[in-house]
Amino acid sequence: MSEKPSTVDWAALEAQPAFRALLARKARFIVGATLFFMSYYLALPVLVGYFPDLMKKQVLGKVNLAYLFALSQFVMAWTVAFLYVRKASRWDKEAADVIKGHH
Amino acid sequence: MSIALTMFVGFVALTLLITFWAARKNTGASAYFAAGRSITGWQNGLAVAGDYMSAASFLGISGAICLSGYDGFMYSVGFLVAYITVLLIVAEPLRNAGKYTMADLLAYRLSPRPVRAMASLSTLTVSTFYMIAQMVGAGVIIEKLIGASFHTAVIGVGALMLVYVVFGGMLATTWVQIIKAILLMIGAFMLSVLVLKHHGYSLGAFFDSVSAATYNNTEAPKNLLEPGLKYGLAVAGPWGSLDFISLSLALVLGTAGLPHILVRFYTVPDAKTARSSVVWAMAIIGIFYILTTFFGFGAATILEKAQILSDGKPNPNMVAPALAQHLGGELFFAFISAVAFATILAVVAGLTMSASASFAHDFYTNVIHHGREQQPGAEVRVARITAFVVGAVSISIAIYLGPSVNAAFLVGLAFAVAASANLPVIVLSVFWKRFNTAGAVSGLVFGLGSSILLILLSPNGLFGKAGALFPLENPGIISIPIGFLAAWLGTILTARDPSAEAKFAELTVRAHTGLGAEKAVSH
Repeated sequence: MSEKPSTVDWAALEAQPAFRALLARKARFIVGATLFFMSYYLALPVLVGYFPDLMKKQVLGKVNLAYLFALSQFVMAWTVAFLYVRKASRWDKEAADVIKGHH
Repeated sequence: MSIALTMFVGFVALTLLITFWAARKNTGASAYFAAGRSITGWQNGLAVAGDYMSAASFLGISGAICLSGYDGFMYSVGFLVAYITVLLIVAEPLRNAGKYTMADLLAYRLSPRPVRAMASLSTLTVSTFYMIAQMVGAGVIIEKLIGASFHTAVIGVGALMLVYVVFGGMLATTWVQIIKAILLMIGAFMLSVLVLKHHGYSLGAFFDSVSAATYNNTEAPKNLLEPGLKYGLAVAGPWGSLDFISLSLALVLGTAGLPHILVRFYTVPDAKTARSSVVWAMAIIGIFYILTTFFGFGAATILEKAQILSDGKPNPNMVAPALAQHLGGELFFAFISAVAFATILAVVAGLTMSASASFAHDFYTNVIHHGREQQPGAEVRVARITAFVVGAVSISIAIYLGPSVNAAFLVGLAFAVAASANLPVIVLSVFWKRFNTAGAVSGLVFGLGSSILLILLSPNGLFGKAGALFPLENPGIISIPIGFLAAWLGTILTARDPSAEAKFAELTVRAHTGLGAEKAVSH
């Protein structure tokens, strides 16, 4: 808890292969997850807007595809969040190692 | 009506007590603006959820679903999914690299004065938009509860909110949010159970009657589960589907640019806690929005439109309180109204807090005084004065707009502005090395300008439905790309900024490791 930010050699830290590798792994997950959740999410208004007859199809009693798809968005969001948090706690340890290795 | 009033006054008194308790603990700027960075993960998760489950969510969404069915439910979906953007992209870098405001992150490696000036303007704009929605909701509730006029109600809310902000700061608004979030969840659960009870505790029976909703046998049956009642071809014309996509886009990208949500991540000790607070918030918010199914759709099967009239028109903001009154009697109505009112007070206080923090910290200290505080306490004093001004402006606009404009709709616009102006520059400053000051200013100016301009030219804008020059109600699908494009063009068309690029290494290390981040104040 006593690092002095002004004396840290940021460029050297940033250039460390271990840090670079961590960034690349993080980027891969975040970009992939973002592409996935945005596509899954935007599919809802697109399908509802342009294929209304398909989405009005009743599948569970009176409950139609449109409502089920909307409900699945909640599950999707929680799942992505769960996967991210699991990954992120591993990244935390790796980030701590990068800092420690530098001192 | 006396029970209702007593309950109501009790709630307000309780929140005022919290405020005065917090005021005694407020020592210095970090305590006032960031609650001493002492809030834990679940507490902040509840506070974020509290900030988010605003009048717009509770009153606006239940109204939107009751009157436009499935198309209104899109607000619930978008409001939750938006938190993935916050979780994956914004929360942790912001906590690691910033101090009090969104602009701290932007000013990190860019020229601070122009960037802070613009970010401050955009923060004030988004907060004011959002606040107007809350004021309208408050006015409606007070009008229904104690018969005070809309004007009086709005002014009363404004005055109470100023007390919270001026005395309590971030610690008070955080604790008011936490308590309110718990009460609102209880209220939403009870309301949902009462709706299910009305349908014999059978989900099948519930969805059967939603698929042939008659507003208590006063209208021909309508399937509210079918999309298109607001944005469908038959109702909204050829632009409807695009408008629906535009709204969806604004909802999912707006949250990560909302100043009053972003500042919440400064109240926790570190990035890991910021992350866990988003997860807590997503759990609470998600359950709440799923419950809107019951008290939104359910309302259309139970209430007559005559029960939600104001000035002769069905008023969407009145659906939730009216449903509570119909199903649970006066006491439950009083509880729901008091919770909704506490919601509004708390959210308005949070908004005012972030707006005034931004003006005091970004504009007063960093733009006018080049980052040096003139005398100890000046920044907090300026924030308190700003709170007065912001409050007065939004009170005036809310009174001008009147009670029946849907709070969720207004918030949808605030989301569009936030997504167009704030999100592009936040994302690019964290992830793009080449990004420079000209790019940030251009992104903020064009994002803010285009979204406001398109709202003014929209069917709800200056020229009404007939004279609208822009066919969509929500500008997001045009103005968000404009924000990103302007930030990108502004950067590549101007000279590279070696010092900004050199500081990118520092920002990256800080953002991803938390090295050198603002620490919690010791107790």
